[in-house]
Amino acid sequence: MDSADTATLSTSAVYRSVGQAFWYRLRHNRRAMVALGVVLLEIVIVIFAPWIAPYEPGETDYEALWSPPTAKHWMGTDDLGRDVMSRLMYGGRISIAVGILAQITQVVIGLPIGAVAGLMGRWVDYAFMRLIDILSSVPNMLLYLLMVLVLPRGFVSIVIALSVTGWIGIARLVRGQVLSLKTTDYVRAARGMGADTRHIIVSHLVRNTLSPVVVSITIGIPGSMMAEAGLSFLGLGITPPMTSWVQMMGLYQAYIQTSWHLTVFPALVLSLTMLAWFVLGDAMRDAFDPTIQV
Amino acid sequence: MFRFILIRTGGLIGVLLAVSLLTFFLMHWVPGGPFDAMTAATAQMIPVELVENMEKLYGLDKPLWVQYWLFLKAALRGDFGYSYYASGRSINELIREHWPHSIQIGVLTLGFSAIVGLGLGIFSAMNPGKWPDFLGTGVSLFCMSVPSFVFAKLMQYFIAVKLGWLPTSGWEGWVEPKYWVMPVLANSLGPVLTLQRYTRSAISDVMRANYVRTAHAKGLNRRRVTLIHIFKNALTPVVTVAGPMTASLITGSLFIEGIFRIPGLGWYTNAALGRRDYPLILASTLLWTTLISITYFVTDIIYALLDPRVAYVKER
Repeated sequence: MDSADTATLSTSAVYRSVGQAFWYRLRHNRRAMVALGVVLLEIVIVIFAPWIAPYEPGETDYEALWSPPTAKHWMGTDDLGRDVMSRLMYGGRISIAVGILAQITQVVIGLPIGAVAGLMGRWVDYAFMRLIDILSSVPNMLLYLLMVLVLPRGFVSIVIALSVTGWIGIARLVRGQVLSLKTTDYVRAARGMGADTRHIIVSHLVRNTLSPVVVSITIGIPGSMMAEAGLSFLGLGITPPMTSWVQMMGLYQAYIQTSWHLTVFPALVLSLTMLAWFVLGDAMRDAFDPTIQV
Repeated sequence: MFRFILIRTGGLIGVLLAVSLLTFFLMHWVPGGPFDAMTAATAQMIPVELVENMEKLYGLDKPLWVQYWLFLKAALRGDFGYSYYASGRSINELIREHWPHSIQIGVLTLGFSAIVGLGLGIFSAMNPGKWPDFLGTGVSLFCMSVPSFVFAKLMQYFIAVKLGWLPTSGWEGWVEPKYWVMPVLANSLGPVLTLQRYTRSAISDVMRANYVRTAHAKGLNRRRVTLIHIFKNALTPVVTVAGPMTASLITGSLFIEGIFRIPGLGWYTNAALGRRDYPLILASTLLWTTLISITYFVTDIIYALLDPRVAYVKER
């Protein structure tokens, strides 16, 4: 972008909508763009895995069992001669999908609860807050483990297990946001001018709660991925023949001395992905915040 | 203050009741009982009559509500019953045996992450945009994106197996650092991240405050401003996160203890889950709940002491 364009954009800053300002700031954050690139690239790879992956995920190569990285198998093979890189591409489907779906589920539960608690106040608020107190006093991992054991093994169960307590964060956030917005001058002014509750909710509360929720989802996705990784590491994640990044790692951790590639590559891919999501989320938070100059 | 303590104690009892109910029924809902698990573990068939007798002995034949009531009555006296797995040993005895290991790892982790996290946080907030700030950001990004168990496994491979600098696993108490260096490093990823982030943002917020500018303008020397005006006020948000963090650290991480074969409570509880050792699962969950509630409570009191604007008593 040349300087003339930048000049026009910055002088017209006052007239831009919140969304436009957000995109402008995000586009000009190089770190965020790299992170977004990584995230999108991975999503494309896992979606088109059947066309991109060099092998089928279950395809066995008995010529190359436990093979370290070679020209034929870039990330080596496992005990059945299955190609690690192809399995990582397919495994990413589970890891990424669990991360995104768990966040969506948590928002679907947490957002209405937080909003209702904040708006209604009184005993409704009290009841939900006590529920949150109780759920946040149970060790998280134990609850995940119990839920996964209770529910039938599978993808949906993992998402449910992660959402049982996961909604608390969003509910707290939305409730706090609603409570503080309710007392702002512009909401009071709107009410004073005769705006009805519906108008206030739609054009003030929803609009101002949206950006922290979007940021919280983006930062929550790697969090959920990490929780799924924890379950998989303990062998309670997705069931074979399906796989996820850390399920592979958990399965072969005992063989790390002889076949390091079965642990190191999934670990690298998982960490890179989580890093990209975190950086993106941080940048989005900054881009939404009008007080920070980019 | 007295009223505040009273309200919070009541709250704690309510939370403990609710958590015990939740854990109790969820745990019994998990398919398979303790003696099925035993059969599976020993790969031997235990006669049906024997299983029935065992269940009768431990009261497992009674309806769940009765079992819960009996548990509650005994628990009020501080008696959590006997383990189904480690026969003849009481739960209290088992917790006394395993918990100290977790406490030691937890305290060591806390000390290490306090030094690193607070140090990095202060250092980067005082030098925004310079190399300490980048170092802080780098470390926190690393802590964020690498799960502790992944880091633990990789360290175990590179440091212990490849380089042979440290033993791969084991535990000899805090006096033998070679066993706890890796567990403590892996365990402190989360705490370092939280402490670094909170300290950095708290200090940079305070540094922008008007009273700090005034203090500088009055001509106070830098050290005085830093120590009294900045640190003291920045401490409050850090204290709020440090409390609950301590509680979860000293109850042990099942990943770290599992990977490095430390016979702590986190690992033992996870094993108990597999063995359906109901009393132990319940007892260690309630221990966690009690600790975390107490730390929230203590944190609130410290908060009020540090910040005179906070008053809990005047509610209504």
